[in-house]
Amino acid sequence: MKVGDVIGPLEKAPITTRQLVMYAGASGDFNAIHYDEPFARAAGFPSVIAHGMLSMAFFGELLSSTFGPHRVQRLSARFRAVTFPGEVVTVAGKVIAVEGDTAVLALTATKKDGTVTLDGAAIVSIPV
Amino acid sequence: MSEPSRFAPAVGRTSAPLVYDVERGHIRRFAEAVGDPNPIYRDEEAARAAGHPAIPAPPTFAAALRPNDPREGLDIDWKKLLHGEQEITLHRPLYAGDRLTVVGRIAEAGVKETKSGVMDTLVVEAVGSDPAGAPVFTTRSTVLVRR
Repeated sequence: MKVGDVIGPLEKAPITTRQLVMYAGASGDFNAIHYDEPFARAAGFPSVIAHGMLSMAFFGELLSSTFGPHRVQRLSARFRAVTFPGEVVTVAGKVIAVEGDTAVLALTATKKDGTVTLDGAAIVSIPV
Repeated sequence: MSEPSRFAPAVGRTSAPLVYDVERGHIRRFAEAVGDPNPIYRDEEAARAAGHPAIPAPPTFAAALRPNDPREGLDIDWKKLLHGEQEITLHRPLYAGDRLTVVGRIAEAGVKETKSGVMDTLVVEAVGSDPAGAPVFTTRSTVLVRR
């Protein structure tokens, strides 16, 4: 593992409203903006929006399939754009620093049209 | 930038502790919702074969062990709430079978000028600790409330 190494891309299946209901149940985030169309429209969106945390979990999947979940020490994300059902999110990462048994990665989640929905960072322990 | 946050009086407020037993069924449901096919989240043998002592939790699972909400009672219009940032620190790996006590705290309140206008910001921190009191995870969630 060295600076410049790339992980992913991991292209996820199109997000579905059913998935948002599943994620609401699994995460305990029952903000109606994620499953209630009239509520989402009243909030100014054309439809329900995906949990930002769902896309952050895609970062988690990318990291855990690459390193193992036990190696993730810190994961952070900034939510930059919303994602709607039907859209496809792709996540990828790049090693930006390595120090001893720790690597720092920069992460992005991107829609098909190129919109960056999340940028993030992770600190993972790596075998030396 | 000198405008005080209307949430400033709530900073430091903590929520009543909530105890979670990390359950394998919960981990499986979480992985299913995310669409993460990794068998280590479903099958204890697969988890052990991958070197885990038990079924591990996915990296962002800690955020699903939500504290009682320390924002309870604050005047927040949920239609105007946006999730701005999230940070999850895992002080050690999280496994099915762990028992954690989770406490939420309003860590910061502020006012932020964005390209979409002025927003109120709140940072909610949650710490999950093991029965000996050692922290297992810390999450920090920054939310923006549009005006």
